[in-house]
Amino acid sequence: MILSILAATPIAGALILALLPRESAPHHRAKYVALGVALITLALSLVVMAKFDQDTGGYQLTEKHEWIKVFGAYYSVGVNGIGITLILLTTILTPIVILAAFGDRLPDPKNTNAYLAWMLAVEGLAIGAFSATDAFLFYVLFEATLIPLYFLIGSFGGPNRSYAAVKFLIYNLVGGLLMLASIVGLYVISARQGDASFLLSDLQNLDFSTNTERLLFLGFMAAFAIKAPLWPLHTWLPDAAGQATPGTSVLMVSVVDKIGTFGMVTWCLQLFPEAADWASPVVMVLAVISILYGALLAVGQDDIRRLIAFTSVSHFGFIILGIFAFTTTSLAGSTLYMFNHGLSTAALFLVTGMMIARRGSARISDFGGVQKIAPIMSGVLLLAGLSSLSLPGLAPFISEFLVLAGTFTRSIPAAAFATLGIVLAALYILIMYQRVMTGPLKPGNEGVTDLDHREMASLTPAIILIVGLGFFPQPLLNVINPAIDGVISHVGKGDPSPKTPVQIDDSAVQEGGHK
Amino acid sequence: MNEYITLSLILFTIGSVGVLVRRNAIVVFMCIELMLNATNLAFVSFSRQHGNLDGQVAAFFVMVVAAAEVVVGLSIIVSIYRTRRSASVDEASLLKS
Amino acid sequence: MFDLQWLLIAIPLASGLGLLVWGKEGDRFGHLIGTAASSLSFIFGVVLFAALLGKDAEHRSESTELFTWIDAGSFHVDMGFTFDQLSGLFVLLITGVGTLIHIYSIGYMAHDERRRRFFAFLNIFIASMLALVLASDYLVLFLGWEGVGLASYLLIGFWQHKDSASAAAKKAFVVNRVGDLGMALGIMLMFAEFGTSSISAVNGAITGASGTIATTLGLLLLLGACGKSAQVPLQSWLLDAMEGPTPVSALIHAATMVTAGVYLVVRSNGIFDASEAARTAVIIVGLVTLLAGAWIGCAKDDIKKALAGSTMSQIGYMMLAAGLGPAGYAFAIFHLITHGFFKANMFLGAGSVMHGMNDDVEMRHYGGLRTFMPVTFATFGIGYLAIIGVPPFAGFWSKDKIIETAFGENFWVGMGALLGAGVTAFYMTRLMIMTFLSEKRWREDVHPHESPRVMTWPLVALAALSAVGGILLLGDWITEWLEPVTGHAEHHELAIPAIVLTLIITAVVVVGVAAAAFFYSREPIAAEMPADSSVSIFARAGRHELYGNELNDAVVVRPTRHLTRFLVWFDGKGVDGFVTGVADRLGDTSQFLRKPQTGYVRSYALTMFGGVAVLVLALLAVTLA
Repeated sequence: MILSILAATPIAGALILALLPRESAPHHRAKYVALGVALITLALSLVVMAKFDQDTGGYQLTEKHEWIKVFGAYYSVGVNGIGITLILLTTILTPIVILAAFGDRLPDPKNTNAYLAWMLAVEGLAIGAFSATDAFLFYVLFEATLIPLYFLIGSFGGPNRSYAAVKFLIYNLVGGLLMLASIVGLYVISARQGDASFLLSDLQNLDFSTNTERLLFLGFMAAFAIKAPLWPLHTWLPDAAGQATPGTSVLMVSVVDKIGTFGMVTWCLQLFPEAADWASPVVMVLAVISILYGALLAVGQDDIRRLIAFTSVSHFGFIILGIFAFTTTSLAGSTLYMFNHGLSTAALFLVTGMMIARRGSARISDFGGVQKIAPIMSGVLLLAGLSSLSLPGLAPFISEFLVLAGTFTRSIPAAAFATLGIVLAALYILIMYQRVMTGPLKPGNEGVTDLDHREMASLTPAIILIVGLGFFPQPLLNVINPAIDGVISHVGKGDPSPKTPVQIDDSAVQEGGHK
Repeated sequence: MNEYITLSLILFTIGSVGVLVRRNAIVVFMCIELMLNATNLAFVSFSRQHGNLDGQVAAFFVMVVAAAEVVVGLSIIVSIYRTRRSASVDEASLLKS
Repeated sequence: MFDLQWLLIAIPLASGLGLLVWGKEGDRFGHLIGTAASSLSFIFGVVLFAALLGKDAEHRSESTELFTWIDAGSFHVDMGFTFDQLSGLFVLLITGVGTLIHIYSIGYMAHDERRRRFFAFLNIFIASMLALVLASDYLVLFLGWEGVGLASYLLIGFWQHKDSASAAAKKAFVVNRVGDLGMALGIMLMFAEFGTSSISAVNGAITGASGTIATTLGLLLLLGACGKSAQVPLQSWLLDAMEGPTPVSALIHAATMVTAGVYLVVRSNGIFDASEAARTAVIIVGLVTLLAGAWIGCAKDDIKKALAGSTMSQIGYMMLAAGLGPAGYAFAIFHLITHGFFKANMFLGAGSVMHGMNDDVEMRHYGGLRTFMPVTFATFGIGYLAIIGVPPFAGFWSKDKIIETAFGENFWVGMGALLGAGVTAFYMTRLMIMTFLSEKRWREDVHPHESPRVMTWPLVALAALSAVGGILLLGDWITEWLEPVTGHAEHHELAIPAIVLTLIITAVVVVGVAAAAFFYSREPIAAEMPADSSVSIFARAGRHELYGNELNDAVVVRPTRHLTRFLVWFDGKGVDGFVTGVADRLGDTSQFLRKPQTGYVRSYALTMFGGVAVLVLALLAVTLA
């Protein structure tokens, strides 16, 4: 019940916002209502977290009602450690985004209600997608997230927003269509082998012929690979992120795109383990290409928002690499990466969004020497940037290293090439920082003021989490680990064991130096 | 019996040719009515021949639909005439690309 | 008590973060708090070291685990620290020299409006460096490793308004990342091979693994060490790093951080002992860097860059020693410590000179400063005697031992190290002559003066340490002290008695000094740098840092830039071009299909009639057939 309430709260909030009178005053009632709803949702998600038993790997807090009897679709929800981590990410980011969005300059300020309502709708639908345990329900929610995002990009973005929104929509609809074909296929097969059902637990027990399984897998995978952009299906993302408002970009990249990677783990790996294994060499190659390609393109961008979009392509490459390496280490790393990437990208998009709003331009070459007049903003940008380049001590490092270390045991070349990404990451972040923040103040930047209290309040939680999880990732990993063990044992691929295992006994540690 | 069907066919053909060749919207409209009534005649004849009421029921449906259609169609024609001072269907080709 | 060793790190870390968050109100006390934090850490370090001295040799390694850092899947890393003979020495060096440099910076940065932040960064550096040396797991070491890299980045680029400073900072970070590639892959390999990255476990188990693994691990760690310690081929960032404030150059880019690579090699002695090939690679890297750094040091007219070349060269000595295996580890550390003293001393001295010369770094604009800056001159002079290896100053003992051990390994390696000693004497004498001796060549409006006490006292302290640092070797104390960590060394008998070799080394040094004295006293030194065309090809190469930057540019930077440009084009025209191409074709198709939509009612009606007719005919055909 609690999961349904959690997902329904922001949706209800969105409806309330839609009913509120349209105002154009700077201090909208709607803004505070939206923030309030987001905070209530956050509080509810913490309640969910408290009810969640960390020691078991299966689905918990489940709920099941018959929905469409004809094809055996259930309203069935539940979470495991992976789902709850991502729900937590969603509920943490939404208030941050909404607070930061208070200052967004919309094409028509009277539409603030709709803007915030669509954001809350994204939150509710994403929570639903992360907790659905029925393939049909998941499909519906997965596709439904497109609606609010389409309007967020198309109505509130930059000058080229219609193009970006249509491109976003068509790309994702194509993926969704392929997934729909697989859903229909699943229905046919499950109806043949007994009562038709879309429940994850029932679908896992189906017998597929090899080719059927591969085809169905490809349908799902295509949708997820477009959503969590995998090279070469990524080109919608830079356009969309380049036109959307910072808040929209955060919700799109940090939350909704995670449904793609989440789907790979939950649906592709759990429903089609053999097909996933069959496809893994190709997917790993594409993931490594994504890592290097995204990073190199980020180096070559002049638009800050497109740069961040390409860094995300690179980071999604890491996540997908970790998923398809099929080791507990890399998969735990990937799941943690989803959370950490959400935080660090949110911080990056938001702080650069504030910069861009002040300067009136997103071109790196228009900035210069901003550090001198906006030291706090520069510090936040540097910290967010360092987290994006996975500096040890900040959260993304741990997830990236887990992914690489896990992948290394499966495929040394993949890990070695992927590790090249850390050098390129230093390049794209530091070149951007150098050109934007350092050097003498460039004319035209005089109006760039430092962050105000509201903006700091919105960024601080993200920064605290980025630093805190860099040193204490264990609270999250403890939640993730049991679920990962379940998935990996279902895939049937154990971790490769060390060739020269070391018995870690206390004496060895106590002795310290090598004798 | 065949006479009724033949009459119905002739009326239907006149109607359809009229729809195709006339430009005045009112006349086109009248031709459509002619076609509808031709089918009604066919319905009723077949109903009589088969000895059941299905055809007559269908005829009533057609009449109702025709009446509704007259209301909507005439009002469209009148409003087109008001704005364009002409009832020629060829001039109302705004939907063309 | 050793369970509290994390306090060594926590004190400066808390102070550093606190100073950053504390707003403008902290400006008045920031530097004092920063210095106090560093001193506190030093005092605690001394207490711990004394406690270690009081134990018997078997129990001088104290580990503590704070918490489980990462536990995911089969990957497990504890946040653990080990205070042993090796890390103890480093703790003293880092916090001791660090505190002196903190004190010095109070004066040096007195007029900088961002002084509080400077001290915050220095504190963060101290904390990270301590984490690096205390770590008992390679991943924790990596945390400190990147922490010092970050502090170095922030401090090199401290004067961000200068484009050159921020470019140098970025370069340092990126080049170091290339080294980190080696570190990261090394740790992954340890994890795949041994299932752990604990330093003691890996070094203990390495003998059980195949030789290829040991060699690969050794080379990967060496790559990391090359990045951090500015060894060839990743040396190019160090000279640019001199853009940072001088205390930074002294602390980070001379005394402590750049020696982290040497620490890494010595700490990983199990791995290097197991692989002859990896050790040979270390020796080659050390020898090449030793000579390259000395060469650059001879040609630079910028006092800080000349000293930076010297730093490269001296770290080359340490690397060389570390590559010599158990015989050399202790001497590598010994030279590292004495170098920490005298090089920090000389960098701070250079800072003091710059302070008096309106921040001019060009030695050709100096001259005759000995009477105007007596304390700086005297302390710098002691550093000078120490680095060229004049007995009984500290450098003499440490360098002598390294050259001796090098001869024990291989005649040519020994000859290279010997040559390096002569060149060192040459460039340091040149630097002394150009700066303190010779005639005045000052710019206008320059009024050299001695620096305030807060700056000269650290100089005096470091000079004293440079003078007497050799006592660590007394009765082979340092080799015996480190033996539990580095392993027992076989003693090589040299073909000639050690005392003869020492005399030869001293003779070579004298030749170097005499050559410099001859060349730079023969005629007045030009106040402007002679054009490239008028100097010898050796000097020209040295000035251009042996064309390392040009090489990097041609081999790495430009190809990457071209690749990036190509990919940006490819992404737009190729990948996205394909997608938009599909969309365009669809558009063309619909343009074609909409042609029949004429808008004439009768044409639609005719189409409908046609359609109905076709349908009826089809039905008839089906029923009749």
